[in-house]
Formats: sequence, C-alpha cells, structure tokens
Amino acid sequence: MSGVRKYHAPVWDEPVVMEMGSPGRRGYIPPKAGGGDTSAFVPDAMRRAERADLPELSEAEVQRHYVHLAQETLGMMGVNLFGTCTIKYSPLLGERIAAEHIAALHPGQDEETIQGVLAVLSGMNDMLCELSGMDQFVFQAGGGADAAYTNAVTTRAYHADRGELEQRNEIITTIQTHPCNAATAAAAGFKVITLMLGEDGYPPLEALEAAVSERTAGMMIGNPDDMGIYNPEIKTWVDLVHGAGGLCFYDHANFNGVMSKLRARELGFDACMFMLHKTFAAPFGGGGPAVGAYGCSSELEPYMPRPLVRRSGDSFSLEDVDQAPKSVGRVREYLGNVPQIVKAYSWARSMGAEGIRFASDLSVLSNNYMEKRLLEIPGLTISHPDIKSRRLEMTRYSLGKLQEDTGITVFDIQNRMVDFGVDAPWLSHEPWLVPEPITPEAGETWPIEDLDYWIDVLAHVCREAYENPEVVKTAPHNQAIGPVDGSKINEPDQWATTWRAYKKKHGDRLKERTGS
Amino acid sequence: MDVTKIEPHHLMANSNQGTVEHMLEVVGADDVEELFEQIPAEHRLQGDPNLPPALVSEADLSRHMDDLLGRDVKPKVSFLGGGCWPHYVPAVVDEIVGRAEFLNNIWGTPSSDLGRTQSLFEFCSQLGELLELDFVGLPVYSWGCAAGHAMLMAQRLNGRPEVLIPASLDPERRAVIETYAGKPELEQYVELIEVACDWETGCVDLDDLKAKLSEKTAAIYLENPSFLGTFEASGPEAARLAGEAGAEVIVGVDPIALGVTASPSAWGADIVVGTIQSLGVHMNGGGGASGFIASRDEERYARQYPTLCLSAAHTADGDIGFSMTLFEQTSYGSRELGNDWTGNSTYLWAIAASVYMALLGPRGFEEIGQTILSRSHQAAEAVAAVPGVEVRFGDGFFKEFVADFNQTGKTVKEINAKLREHGVFGGLDLSARFPELGQSALICVTEIHQDEDIALLGEALTEAVK
Repeated sequence: MSGVRKYHAPVWDEPVVMEMGSPGRRGYIPPKAGGGDTSAFVPDAMRRAERADLPELSEAEVQRHYVHLAQETLGMMGVNLFGTCTIKYSPLLGERIAAEHIAALHPGQDEETIQGVLAVLSGMNDMLCELSGMDQFVFQAGGGADAAYTNAVTTRAYHADRGELEQRNEIITTIQTHPCNAATAAAAGFKVITLMLGEDGYPPLEALEAAVSERTAGMMIGNPDDMGIYNPEIKTWVDLVHGAGGLCFYDHANFNGVMSKLRARELGFDACMFMLHKTFAAPFGGGGPAVGAYGCSSELEPYMPRPLVRRSGDSFSLEDVDQAPKSVGRVREYLGNVPQIVKAYSWARSMGAEGIRFASDLSVLSNNYMEKRLLEIPGLTISHPDIKSRRLEMTRYSLGKLQEDTGITVFDIQNRMVDFGVDAPWLSHEPWLVPEPITPEAGETWPIEDLDYWIDVLAHVCREAYENPEVVKTAPHNQAIGPVDGSKINEPDQWATTWRAYKKKHGDRLKERTGS
Repeated sequence: MDVTKIEPHHLMANSNQGTVEHMLEVVGADDVEELFEQIPAEHRLQGDPNLPPALVSEADLSRHMDDLLGRDVKPKVSFLGGGCWPHYVPAVVDEIVGRAEFLNNIWGTPSSDLGRTQSLFEFCSQLGELLELDFVGLPVYSWGCAAGHAMLMAQRLNGRPEVLIPASLDPERRAVIETYAGKPELEQYVELIEVACDWETGCVDLDDLKAKLSEKTAAIYLENPSFLGTFEASGPEAARLAGEAGAEVIVGVDPIALGVTASPSAWGADIVVGTIQSLGVHMNGGGGASGFIASRDEERYARQYPTLCLSAAHTADGDIGFSMTLFEQTSYGSRELGNDWTGNSTYLWAIAASVYMALLGPRGFEEIGQTILSRSHQAAEAVAAVPGVEVRFGDGFFKEFVADFNQTGKTVKEINAKLREHGVFGGLDLSARFPELGQSALICVTEIHQDEDIALLGEALTEAVK
C-alpha cells in the first residue's frame, strides 16, 4: 500500500464580496443610450428609491476574487468517487460546441432556424429509446428529481383522463429508491407508500402484494439500488402493479451498472428516466443545470410534457400542446437544458454501443475491485453481508464498527479525507439503513491508480481513527477553511442566508473583526 | 468479454488490457460477465443496442457536431425575449463558470467546497440587496418553477384553496404553474383563478381582482414588469387588498430591472420570485432558465422553502464559512414529508449571477436599467412609425413592448417570415395565447441592441407589412 500524498488546499482567506471594493469603482460598464432621462418611463410608485447596496469592484478584482473561490473548491480536482452521482469526466469538446452553437439560441425561434439543434435532440431521443425500449423521450426536466416529478404528473394526467384519478391516489416506492421519487409523488398530490427492505436487500414480494390495490396509481423505483443490489423479481413487481391498474416508472439513476445490459421497457416498465449530467457525462455544474431525460411508452406519450421534437425525413418540427390536448403541458419552461443535451449526445456518439457496454463493464469491474480492497480495512463492513453475490456499479459500506470502536463518525471521516485531496465520499440518502454509511462509486473514467489512492486515503484515515482519533475529529487541517460549526444553524436568530441577515444577526462579530 | 480484443477508449482510463486483466484477477473472476450474476438471464438484452457508429476520434466528433448544428440559422439581430432574453454576458462570467472546479463540481464538504459555497452565498446576498430581502434560497429550475413553489408555500402557510394569477401571464410560465397547481381529484390542489387584464393599460384589472379576492385566496401572484413589458402600476393597491384579505402576495420579477424599479418587497410583496437568466446567463436555447425564491427573514416563510438553503456560519477560529440550514425540511431530509422537492438545480447559473452582480455593482444596475428603458422606447418609436403598426400600452414599459399588426392585414407569422429574409428575428408571436391582442408580437430590446439594429427592425418591418 502506498502512502498518502502531501496536499494542502489553497487558502486565500477571501472576504465575502460584500465587504470588498471601494465606492465608485466599476467592474462592467453597460452601453449608454442617447435617449436622455428615462425616469418618466417608470411610474412613480415603481421607481427604485436608492441604489442597491452591492459591492463596487473593478473587473480584475472580480475576476481574481472568483478565481480564488474556484481555487478554494476541491471539485473534481482530486479524486471524486461520490456514489449515486456517477461521477465522470465530462469531455471538453462539449464546452466548445455549446458556446459556439447553443449559447445565443432563443427557445422561441422559428423551427426552420433551429433544424440543427432539433436534429441533435431527435438523435438523442432515438439513442435513449434504443437503450431503454421506450417510445419517446422529453428533455424538459431540469434534473433527475424533476424527471421523477415529470413521471408523477404524467401518471396523474393518465389516470385523470381515464376518470380514475380520485380513486388511484397512491404511489408505491421503496425505502432504497431515491427520496425524490417519494417527494415528487407527494408534490403531485399522491399518497406515498414506502416498502421496507427484506432479508435479500430488497422488499419482499409479499410487501408489494399487500400494498397494491385499486388505489394504486403507480410505482416509482430504482434498480439496482444504491447498495448495488438488483431486485431479480422486478418483472413480477411490474406485473403486480400493472395487474392492479398502476403504471411503473424505472428511476435509472444507477444506469451505469446496467446500461446496454437490459431495457426498462422489456422488463415491463411504462416509463424511465436517465440523468444526462451523470450517466451521459454532461458536466454536473455543482448541482445543475442538469437534465432528467424522461421516456415512456406510446400509451403514455399523449400525456407526457410538450414540446416534443418530431422528425419527418430530414426535417424536424416541434409538437406543442395545441397538437396534444392530453399532455400535462410543461414541468419547466422551454425544451430543457439544451447545452447539456448536446454534450450528452456528443458523449454517446463518441462511445457508441460498444463503448457504452464497455463503460458498464468497467464500472462494475472497478466497483468489485474496490470492494476487495476496501473490505480489508479494519472497522469497515459491507451492507447486507449475508448477500454473497457480486454487487453492481456501487456498494454501500458501513463504518459502524469503526464508530463503535473509536467514536469517529462518517462526518469526521469525510472531513479528514479531504485533507488528502480527495472529495468526501457520499454517505447515504435518508434514512440511513446501515450505521455510518459510505457509498463510493468508481465509474468508468477514473484510472485504477486513483481508485487505489482513494482507498489508501480511507485506510489511512480509518487507521488514524484507531491510533490518533483527535486528528480525525478536528479535521480538516489542510483545507481552505477549518471545520464549520453548524450546530446552531437551524435557529432563526442564527441562520443567515444573505449578508443583509448576517449583518443583523452577527454584526458584533464583524465589529470585532474590523475593530470598529 | 474477450480481453485480448479490447480497444482502449480515451474516456475510460481502465480500458487497457493490462488493467482489465489485473482487476479481474483481484476480484477473482474469469470474465466480467460473472459480475452481472445478480441480473436474471431473462432480464438481459441480447447483443448490443443498435446505436449509430461511434465517433471515437474527437476530430470526427467535432466535425459531426459542427455539421449538424451548422444547420441552425443565425440572425443579424433578434428581438425575441419573453422570459428568455439576449443580454450581454461579460467575459469574466464565462471564464468563472467555465472553471473546472465549478463546472465539474459535485458536492463537497463546507471546508473542501468553501469557494463554491461562498459564491452561492454571495449570489443570495447580492440578490438580497437588489430585492431588499434578507432570506434567499438556493436557485430552482426556472421562474415558473419558482412561482409554482411559492404558491404551494403560501397554501401551506394559510391552508386556503385558491391562487389568483394575472391573465397577462407568460403562457410558458403559466403552463408550469398549472402543473404545480395539481388536479382537483387529489388532496393537494390549488385552484388557479385568472384575474382579468385591463387591455387598455396591460395592468391587472383591480375591480376583477377585488371581486375574486376572498377568504379562500391563499395568494395573489403578480409580475413586475409583466410578461407584456408593462409596469404593474396597480401592484401596490393589489398587494394592499390581498393583505387585507389575509392572502400572501407573491410577485415575480426580472431582476435586471431592479436598478431602476423598486423591489416588489417595497410595495407589499411577501414572497418574490423570478429568473436569474438575465443576470449573466446565456439564453442557451432556453437552457439558461433558472429561478429564485426570496422573502423576509421570518421563520414562518423560512420553514416553507422547498429549496436547499445555505447559511453563513463560523469556525472555531471565528472564520466565516457556509453550511446548509433548514435541511430537514427538504426532500433530501424528509422524503415525502419535506416541502415539495429539491434536487440538482441551476447552481452553476447562480455562480454566473453572483459574478455578474459583482461586476455591475449599484451603478451598473442603474445604468443598464436606464439603457434598456431608453432603447426599448426608442425601438417602440421606430416600430410605431411603420405604417399600419401600433404599439400597445404606450409609454411605460421595460425591455419589451407589444407591437400590434392588426391594421396591416398580415399575421405575425407572415411578418416574421419576411423579417427573417432581412436577417431579423421578430418578436414572439402572441396571437395564439392572447386573442384579445389579435395579431401582435412581443418585441424585446435590451442593452445589446444598437441604433443600427433598431433602424434595421424599422426598415425590415416597413418592407414586411407592405
């Protein structure tokens, strides 16, 4: 085992921008118009009384401030194996393409002026249909959770059209399915039934049998789950829900483990979702802009959001709600995050079918490789140790034993790992089913050297937990800032989401700092 | 998998034969296929999916993308707006959002992502100054989504069944709001009630508002400037009436107007929503859409946010750092018991907006607002000078105005097709959604439009209506 690297994050001690600058300084000067006084154009009651209390900085100061902040961000500069997010390298070509061809496009342009971008959307649709067996995709949803919402409202429109919505007001999900499924079903107005896991790592069939009824509107489920466990009874599940009159949605957040290996539609699902900013390598952006590509069967197609791209020979058009009266309409304005769709299309074209299959092979192989090494770390165990079959692209582990032995929590571990230039591991969505969970995911882009380094760091930190727990508890030591105390952050007189609020609630600290 | 036939791929580090063999040896498998043992054979797809041939070389792929997207037609000048507008994006903004640390960021700890979280806090802080509001959530997908969430927040606050919306609402935004409102068959449902527009002024019809406000009203939703560009002069009175009726006042705003117009919070808004696309985000074919929710820093509002919320906090040494607050009330914290839902959003655009606001500063916002007012009115004059074309709602609009083509006997579609022959993209066609306006277009003029662009619009339009 090799040692851990010497690493230290840049420390700029960068002030909050609100404290910077000097009155009268300019950073960007808008064009001047020659029209004279414009104040008469704004009704008296609508005029702004005082200029906004924004910082005043020169262009270079702004550039430098935000470059410093970028440098004080680990991002993917080290090794990031953040599970459930399918961390990949995003090919840079996409940035050039998007800046050159997409940045200045307006969504309301006449179809004849956007034949190129519609061709890309159509091509992406065709590829996703081929990968999933679905009949039509829409890219409007601004992320995976928004695609889950898209399913909830499409399901709602389907049952409403059949006059059964009042009766069918329940959505079934599982405790290991991403929380957004339960949450978006509830936001769409459904009651949520959540099935708990059985001994095999997925809920027993009897639990589903007890849950389905004439009230069932649908099921929203991920497979494999975030523990890398695949529910082999999924076809029976789909049949059961269909038998009760419900619709089945496959949350393909974990598509990396099964892409090119199976098709949602062939398993019987009516709809599914892919995350183009994860599985299809569009950049993550620190939390979007993202794309939840939502696909469904031809039976559900009339209900899904519009507009949809339609192809006729070599020309493309948009079908909007005026041609689709049963459609839910919109879940978000416009066509979706077009630059991200273009980047995902470009990635899929560079991979091809063979590349995509290989990527799935490698991510599952890499995960199993990591598992071999990780399970050698004292204090670390695998979730559901009785399940002996190989996990897919991600495995959930527990540091519960380490916590019992040493008092060190996974949060401490996260804070210490970043001292070595690797991003903190993902833990688990709520609720935690195993104590002190961590969930790394290797994906297909990280070299084995990086996977090894990540494991070395975790092993080192776990060893520290036993030998020198104080250094872990007080971590991080090599980061842009020390540990932030969030213990009172939920108290109304403490939280401050803006500088205005901060000055009011913590002004005394500011006075101390400036000595005034 | 036949390891001897592996073709290494540039996007997959471990795709070389030696690494694959090594990993297989460590895991104790003869073939990768063994690792998929959990998936029953009858679930498996036979063979590879039928995708177009791979363009493995970046040079080939680059050419393919340029060829495909080269089919798009670029105008000399465009007057399309209506919720997604052409504003200038300073080069510094593009440089910062293109930084790999931000672009490829996932989600680090408060310490390892200090820079990202500080940028987001600065976004909230600067937007808070423009809005004169102390509580700003992290961004949501779009303006329409923000309005939808705000409406549900209001309903959770007072339990009332109805929300009043203006008839002049953007059809795109309205369609999103309608989705969020839900269906009457289900328990959670908001009944949307349209308040008439005074088609003489473009403002909300106050008499109609009064008639529809009641103890059933959870909230009224207004916009300033409205979708049609007009100032909602009856906004303060509408807000007062809604307050009297015990309803929440939600106001949508385009923040680039806030250098010259008062924040809605100054005239009665409880919750302010809007877009951040105008703050340094390219239109991106609509992919620049992004939204925000803000309010007074009162616990009753704070507890209803569906967004992630970021707060300043301190280290033991007294340094300012940043961490999530009110996490338990989100869908991440409480699944279906949380407020609506959250997830990946438009955080990179929040950083863009943060940089943009820092560049503009107080004077920049004032000046850009004045320039937009000036140029849009200049363009309206040019358009009104075209025979047969009228400008509706006269003076007093921001960035956008309604050009009425009814006297020309031509449809907006016909006129815009003619304009394209001159390299001009005309305004958004309002005829389908707003029959009251007949053949009318919403023309958008920002700080990027110069005298020659406005002259070209006038000339091309004169030709087009002939």
